Amino acid sequence: MALQSLDIKARSATTTPSPHVRIEGAIPVAKLIDISKCIGCKACQVACMEWNDLRDEVGTNVGVYDNPRDLTDQSWTVMRFSEVEVEQGRLEWLIRKDGCMHCADPGCLKACPSPGAIVQYSNGIVDFHEENCIGCGYCITGCPFNIPRISKKDNKAYKCTLCSDRVGVGLEPACVKTCPTGAIVFGSKVDMIHHAEGRITDLKERGYSNAALYDPKGVGGTHVMYVLQHGDKPELYANLPKDPNISPLVSLWKGVTKPLMNLGLGLAVFAGFFHYVTAGPKEVEEEEKTD
Amino acid sequence: MTNHWVDIKNTDLVLIMGGNAAEAHPCGFKWVTEAKAHRKARLIVVDPRFTRSAAVSDYYAPIRAGTDIAFLGGVINYLLSNDKIHHEYVKTYTDFSFLVKDEFAFNDGLYSGYNPEKRSYDKSTWGYQVGADGYVVTDPTLQNPRCVYQMMKAHYVRYTPDVVSSICGTPKEAFLKVCEMIAGTAAPNKAMTIMYALGWTQHSQGSQMIRTGAMVQLLLGNIGAAGGGMNALRGHSNIQGLTDLGLLSNLLPGYMSLPGDVEQDYATYIEKRAFKPLRPGQLSYWQNYGKFFVSNMKAWWGDAATAENNWCYDWLPKLDKGYDLLQVFENMNQGKVNGYICQGFNPLASAPCKVKVSGSLAKLKFLVIIDPLATETSEFWQNHGEYNDVDPAKIQTEVFRLPSTCFAEEDGSLVSSSRVLQWHWKAAEPPGDAKGDQEIMAGIFLRLRDLYKKGGGAFPDPILNLTWKHRQPEAPSPEELAKEYSGKALKDVTDPKDPAKVLVKAGEQLNGFAELRDDGSTSCGCWIFSGAWSEKGNLMARRDNSDPYGIGQTLNWAFAWPANRRVLYNRASCDPSGKPYDPTRKLIAWDAASGKWGGADIPDFKPDSPPEDGMNPFIMNPEGVARFFAVDKMAEGPFPEHYEPMESPLANNPMHPKNEMARANPAARVFKEDWASFGKPDQFPYVGTTYRLTEHFHFWTKHARLNAIIQPEQFVEIGEDLAKEKGIKDGDHVRVRSKRGFIVAVAVVTKRVRTLDVEGRKVHTVGMPIHWGFMGLTKNGYITNTLTPFVGDANTQTPEFKAFLVNIEKV
Repeated sequence: MALQSLDIKARSATTTPSPHVRIEGAIPVAKLIDISKCIGCKACQVACMEWNDLRDEVGTNVGVYDNPRDLTDQSWTVMRFSEVEVEQGRLEWLIRKDGCMHCADPGCLKACPSPGAIVQYSNGIVDFHEENCIGCGYCITGCPFNIPRISKKDNKAYKCTLCSDRVGVGLEPACVKTCPTGAIVFGSKVDMIHHAEGRITDLKERGYSNAALYDPKGVGGTHVMYVLQHGDKPELYANLPKDPNISPLVSLWKGVTKPLMNLGLGLAVFAGFFHYVTAGPKEVEEEEKTD
Repeated sequence: MTNHWVDIKNTDLVLIMGGNAAEAHPCGFKWVTEAKAHRKARLIVVDPRFTRSAAVSDYYAPIRAGTDIAFLGGVINYLLSNDKIHHEYVKTYTDFSFLVKDEFAFNDGLYSGYNPEKRSYDKSTWGYQVGADGYVVTDPTLQNPRCVYQMMKAHYVRYTPDVVSSICGTPKEAFLKVCEMIAGTAAPNKAMTIMYALGWTQHSQGSQMIRTGAMVQLLLGNIGAAGGGMNALRGHSNIQGLTDLGLLSNLLPGYMSLPGDVEQDYATYIEKRAFKPLRPGQLSYWQNYGKFFVSNMKAWWGDAATAENNWCYDWLPKLDKGYDLLQVFENMNQGKVNGYICQGFNPLASAPCKVKVSGSLAKLKFLVIIDPLATETSEFWQNHGEYNDVDPAKIQTEVFRLPSTCFAEEDGSLVSSSRVLQWHWKAAEPPGDAKGDQEIMAGIFLRLRDLYKKGGGAFPDPILNLTWKHRQPEAPSPEELAKEYSGKALKDVTDPKDPAKVLVKAGEQLNGFAELRDDGSTSCGCWIFSGAWSEKGNLMARRDNSDPYGIGQTLNWAFAWPANRRVLYNRASCDPSGKPYDPTRKLIAWDAASGKWGGADIPDFKPDSPPEDGMNPFIMNPEGVARFFAVDKMAEGPFPEHYEPMESPLANNPMHPKNEMARANPAARVFKEDWASFGKPDQFPYVGTTYRLTEHFHFWTKHARLNAIIQPEQFVEIGEDLAKEKGIKDGDHVRVRSKRGFIVAVAVVTKRVRTLDVEGRKVHTVGMPIHWGFMGLTKNGYITNTLTPFVGDANTQTPEFKAFLVNIEKV
């Protein structure tokens, strides 16, 4: 997609500033997934494959309802089913739609070494521009949620785009449009937070005293949020991280190591020059030339 | 449904039982989500498994498959014992006060008149006391021990919470909690809706399960109310249309019935069905049966049907017995059927007891498959290894496949569960040589008619005289067919009160069934659909979803039968004086000023009958009221009673442990050879139950890549206790066996299928989704119906797919 027409906030591995001629205040959007309304029908998985012209494999059943079993280059969202007994004797079947959380502080973008392969728009959507992707997999290391997947077909990374192409023309994402119960809703992040508040009030009235919005601060907040019945225990939902943050290794590698390496490089050049000036080039002794 | 999908958003309490609404109807389920979000409605799920519906419920209670009558009987007992009923409603609008015949009796599980050899009842004692005036005798004080109220109380007092818990395996506290939540909706301003489906119909006592649910709703005053009702969630697209058009083997369109063998006389046939009122001032709308019938015969045989020949009555087949699916395959098995036209149906996969069905098909001379897909039935003769182990050399059946269009490749109307007829338009061209069903049927009919014309035959009259006025005889259009079933005037139709006034001119489409006549002046292919295509045009194509009263009464969206009434029995939403019980959800009310009933819905009632005339809401019943006592309408008895499924883990019926005849449904039909095919708990100790998943529709969507991706392979679900006992882990392959065969599948070990405590023992359930077979894109699977028993409901013959016996082991 032509970069001129998009309101870009950040690009991977790029120090030249992104275009920002437009007025500040592109409305940050968000997709809100209310797990208490989700019936696990997988219509969102199908809509995503249809909109993006993807077709995953017809796999096998290993004893669970999760199909496909994991995200792939062809499945950018999957439902994860967890049977838990939160209260004694009360079974719950928690079904979470897994996919990119579109972090405000994206670990993938930070870790990516390829200029412009990962892009963050002003509205919050984090998109992969695969034409620039080198398939190194650093984005997966950088992601606190283990989302991107490298394709075996073209060695590039893929993940949910929050339907940036649909949102770009004023439409809601395909999964939002198709969700039969309205468990997935979309709009400005402010509106989605407001909507979530109403849902949380309702859940508390039904006995879910720890119902809460999942909008983790460790990644600056996310543009995909969950309403969790058990907001105090996100790990119940197929290991949704309780307090996700970008691995310190990434921060280190893309952070302080860069100026340190620059310093080291500079020192090496200076040391080499100094050595040449003082000690001169290496000279081979006459005696050593005999063989 | 008595109510409709959108109306569900008006409810305070949803009971999903005998069905799995979220799983099977994810789109319709949004109305439950709306009710929860905007009315703070609560959702209860009662099911042998913790389903997708249970996942979003407020309360879940487990139940042993097949014991719903015991559970609901216990609810009836709870409501009556705690007096949590809508008093005015039951007194006025039901048969609470009606006196039952003295000869009627119930003894140790059997009603009076049982014939054990015939496995059926002489129902002559199953009736009301009738006075000299021809009306039912009543006791408004409700004290007479023979009044329905007292008899029902006595019948269900036996279903105590302890008894229910022991039979159903539902923990007592869970059962009582459900009762408590249900009882709250007896208040006039509270409504409960029951959403059910195949979990209630696919049992040998399925009809009675539904009856018991309806009785609970009547006690609470929830029938006829917004947010109430008994709501059957129909499955296959246009299954509602199928039953409405009378395509079941014993019906005529609009729920009229074919005559029986003994009904050779036309006048007697009509009299038996045109019920006269059994209480003063009641409408008893089936009185007009003759008008519906004659108009239907005019639609089929046009000018050939005259008053002199009783409208071609003699051309109708007269049934000596039912010719339902099971009977037809039984006949086929006995070599009595030459050919079978199988249209939009896959019996090898859908019918019970695959080995019997496969053997039956092999005895046909020819089989015609009309279907968009290559189904298992079309390949029944082909060896597919372990999945269809047959020898084609031994099968002589000639199979013809006529590819048809699918729903998106044709125009036409579909009827939803809400009884709404919605017109849809063709979206794509069919592939290859596929033709629409009308064209295929027309092709067969026209050639048969020609053969009869040229060569005569045993009785060609009905075929030669069938009306076929289609502009393109080889391709009847959906519009022509729709106009035919909606009906038109053949001669001027005049006002009975004023013969000079012409209501409909000859040749014009009718406005509704009130204009039907029994003198041959009207033609109508399906009386309940009448009005769907009037002179105003195709009302089914309307897409105005304005909701002026805010309760989902979108009267200008398509067309509902009957007469665009959206909530049936809506007169019962008002008290006897015509005031709504709940003004915030007013459907209709009596307006004295205009002398009419009206409001958000079309009155399901005589619109100008004032409340003081005492006409009651259940206008199709000759009594005018709803029946707790079903008189002779059900095969098993006027009050539902718990019977064990034909194959049960228990040796006897805990309600009648000493009466072997009352163990399972005493009126269920079993063919002679099939008795030997039933298993016993010593060999097959576990309860088997079959069901559907969201990701698939029957055996159809396994041919679609996207569906195959999201649910690729056959599995069965077992509880953790049974898995531990048998050493089975998630993902292991297991063999599930019944007396009729076996399947092999992947095991899903889950907390959602619980071991139940039943009559002092542990009962395990093995759950089996049905969607697999040897054709399509999913991994090859066994036909689950290899396991199921060849026995059905005593009233409908719907097979007992939901409760039978199996064994399981790791492979």
